[in-house]
Amino acid sequence: MRKEWEGFVPGRWTEQIDVEEFITLNYHPYDGDDSFLAGPTARTTECSNRVKELLVEERKAGGTLKVDASRIMRINAFEPGYIIPGKDVIVGLQTDEPLKRGICPFGGIKMVREEVAEYGEKLPEEIDRMFDYITTHNDGVFKAYSKEMKQVRHLGYITGLPDAYGRGRIIGDYRRAALYGIDYLIEEKEKDHELIASRHVMNEENIRTSEEVFNEIKALKNIKKMAESYGYDISGPAKDVKEAIQWTYFAYLAGIKEENGAAMSVGRTSTFIDIYAERDLANGVYTEEQIQEFVDDYILKLRVARHLRTNEYNELFGGDPMWITEGIGGMGLDGRHKVTKNSYRVLQTLYNLGPAPEPNLTVLWSKDLPEPFKRFCAQVSIDTDSIQYENDDKMRPAYGEDYSIACCVSAIQMGQQMQFFGARCNLAKILLLGLNGGIDERTGEHVGPQMEPVGDGPIDYEDAWNRFNIYLEWLCELYVNIMNIIHFMHDKYDFESSQMAFLNSEVKRLMAFGVAGFSVAADSLSAIKYAKVYPIRDENGVIVDYRTEGEFPKYGNDDDRVDEIAVKISERTIEELRKHPTYRNAVHTLSVLTITSNVMYGKKTGNTPDGRRAGTPFAPGANPMHERDSHGAVASLNSVSKIDWDTCQDGVSNTFSITPEALGKEREERKDTLVNLLNGYFNRGAHHLNVNVLNRSLLEDAYENPEKYPSLTVRVSGYAVRFNALSKNHQKEVIARTFHQSI
Amino acid sequence: MKGRIHSIETFGAVDGPGIRTVFFMQGCPARCLYCHNPDSWKTDGGKDIEIEEIVHWAVRGIPYYGNKGGVTFSGGEPLMQGEFLIQAMEALKKEGIESALDISGTYVDEFTHDALAACDLVLLDIKHPDPERFEIITGRNQDTLFEVIDMMNELEKPCWIRHVVVPDINDTDEDIEALNHFIERIHNIQKVELLGYHTMAVNKYGKLGITYRLKGVPPMGGEKLQHLRSLVKLPADAVSRVSIETK
Repeated sequence: MRKEWEGFVPGRWTEQIDVEEFITLNYHPYDGDDSFLAGPTARTTECSNRVKELLVEERKAGGTLKVDASRIMRINAFEPGYIIPGKDVIVGLQTDEPLKRGICPFGGIKMVREEVAEYGEKLPEEIDRMFDYITTHNDGVFKAYSKEMKQVRHLGYITGLPDAYGRGRIIGDYRRAALYGIDYLIEEKEKDHELIASRHVMNEENIRTSEEVFNEIKALKNIKKMAESYGYDISGPAKDVKEAIQWTYFAYLAGIKEENGAAMSVGRTSTFIDIYAERDLANGVYTEEQIQEFVDDYILKLRVARHLRTNEYNELFGGDPMWITEGIGGMGLDGRHKVTKNSYRVLQTLYNLGPAPEPNLTVLWSKDLPEPFKRFCAQVSIDTDSIQYENDDKMRPAYGEDYSIACCVSAIQMGQQMQFFGARCNLAKILLLGLNGGIDERTGEHVGPQMEPVGDGPIDYEDAWNRFNIYLEWLCELYVNIMNIIHFMHDKYDFESSQMAFLNSEVKRLMAFGVAGFSVAADSLSAIKYAKVYPIRDENGVIVDYRTEGEFPKYGNDDDRVDEIAVKISERTIEELRKHPTYRNAVHTLSVLTITSNVMYGKKTGNTPDGRRAGTPFAPGANPMHERDSHGAVASLNSVSKIDWDTCQDGVSNTFSITPEALGKEREERKDTLVNLLNGYFNRGAHHLNVNVLNRSLLEDAYENPEKYPSLTVRVSGYAVRFNALSKNHQKEVIARTFHQSI
Repeated sequence: MKGRIHSIETFGAVDGPGIRTVFFMQGCPARCLYCHNPDSWKTDGGKDIEIEEIVHWAVRGIPYYGNKGGVTFSGGEPLMQGEFLIQAMEALKKEGIESALDISGTYVDEFTHDALAACDLVLLDIKHPDPERFEIITGRNQDTLFEVIDMMNELEKPCWIRHVVVPDINDTDEDIEALNHFIERIHNIQKVELLGYHTMAVNKYGKLGITYRLKGVPPMGGEKLQHLRSLVKLPADAVSRVSIETK
């Protein structure tokens, strides 16, 4: 055994890379409450205050504080940077200053040129000219797209494709750096490389993988160099908790230096780190206060991570998110829960440093989590609106005990899987296209299969459902093919070697598709089925509106008549997607999740039969449409819980806002209520819940007086944002959502 | 048998213990000055509901109830539909669901006793301990209140006392002392809740064309309410069992 591992229970993990086994053998479940937690040290408060000042400056500067376009973001492009030189206990920044953003052009130089221009900077000529000779991911994709692919993209049938920047959603198992040290990881990768390169048949897959692994080795060497520039030698394993955090963070940092992927989760680090913390506490190496300080500084570093984005991108994914998602808690396969003291410490940062949207702290909820922890989580939700919940009892059987969450809600097995992510298709628009027989309702353009539009009505439900399916079938084929092109090109021109270096050399792949306009499509079909819907045509005969007579059940009221339509829509979508082969044999998955793109999708969608007006935002994710869930929170949650996670394994996102008064009259009572609410929802088999405990009037005041609320954090859709980092349109949509309240 | 219902709230966390499915029953004999459901007054308003529907909605809430939650019948004055309540609560009991009755003590009939017997908890809203002011607030006299209390005592029914505090109507220390004195006659009190008057329902009156008689009265301030809460005393026999709501 290596000296750094003394005191750990040995196992297979000492002979081969197996972080999961290391954790299982060595972690200590913690059943107690939050009373052991330490507050911030003076140093923590000083650094935290500095960050708060910088955040105010960033907001004043319009959302981006500084841009450095002088060089391409590579692992060692920048000199070391600090929040306060000499004060950081966990070190490392993406650039040489906090909140300064660099350029990542390999996903797409076009977007970088736009970004730089928007901030009044200029790309140095040598970089600009370099890309006359370099093909980016974005260039590659557009060389391969068909006309029809560009058309569905441009008309808004599929929006948010990662075809102009990094794809993200890869989670390196950064814990490997801490447990094994970089040298061992290099050795293992070299063995893998030799094995793959020596195969009898050097087909495309083997050649590609062989080149990829070579690049990963290069990245690992660069990460060592980066650590050296900060004064650390990470060639060997971490020897204590401070080093374990530092090594893990360095590994993660390399990824966000090089890649501007939309979602850059950190994984599941807290319980892993706790093993080191427990050993150090037992040996008197560090005190609780010191360990909390390391954790605070680690989290503070994650809070200042940034990527340069265009205004257009921000319009889609509002609030400047990084999706640095960290999974907390969950259960082990042996029946022990995985809540440790460090699970508490990570949540405690929301008190020590104040509420914040990042990292995207995600509690992996199980009915068997210890009661004090459930209550503490509820308290943190009530106090900070900064955390979300996902159903471990659902995900664990499918992904094992050591999975983490990519982006908002998508499970990935740590170290063994990666994800090809991309966009959402617009279900509401597909329905409208079907009713119009292949004419886009906004532009009059012909797209997809052509057929007679529906007659003058009332529209027959069977006819509408068939049409919806015909166009869904057509779009899903196109969607899979678009995704295949995107990920082929991303692998080819912008391979994430610094992240993939921390995964197995031959990973399993998921291809994550998405839908938007879910509740609008369900309600519209319900209107056609249970009320009378008459099309209204413009002078060219295109259906541009609907007259709906009579009542119809609306999704969000625990009414099976419409909820079954919603369930059927999700099932049909994944069925259609699965018909088409994927690049690198990725497994098809589906999410009902929109981020904040529900606003953009709504903008691109005409009037719908449910009465929604053209341009009005959709509800986010799998949420019922704003204010249509009129039977109270339980009915609303029950409706969403019917969407079967097994058909939507990339996640079913629900964002839930409730007033503190509705949760109960006293603080303790409110915690109990929230715990019961979460228990009930997840026991029903639901997957995800964002919890906001606040009043609409508070958000309205923050809308008018943003300066009064510099750190107001709200959960929006699988992630949290600082409210005043959202555009006014996104803010309005958040305010318009259902707030469950009591009168 | 059909009941008459104003609305259903599937998530109630402030009308009895735990998370509750709340059925707001239609019809009320009282006309309280500050009523926040004036649209539930008329007995011919609302809509019909079957016992099966009550059970259906309540069962959908079971995963959320935990070990304390259940169903609350509120209103309106639920006891106006005593016969329906008895059947509904029996049906709920078969599903293992506990029921609470949120009542005002302004109505009694031949079904009241059995309805009180069938429920697991009474939320008794005492509008005012003083007979005259009770009448000013509710438009009814206290006779029915005493009848209800007698029945509850006879049944030893667990109960929560609720009391809405309105500025200038019942917000003095003396008012709370009078309340303390009044509730000494009630046997099985588990909790006393002082609820602050709020103005969130004022718009409803406009829509219904009913004059809002507390126009201009501000919502009850939190600090004062906190002070008044500190004055609440449970009857001596109850203190050993439960604590007063403290916040």
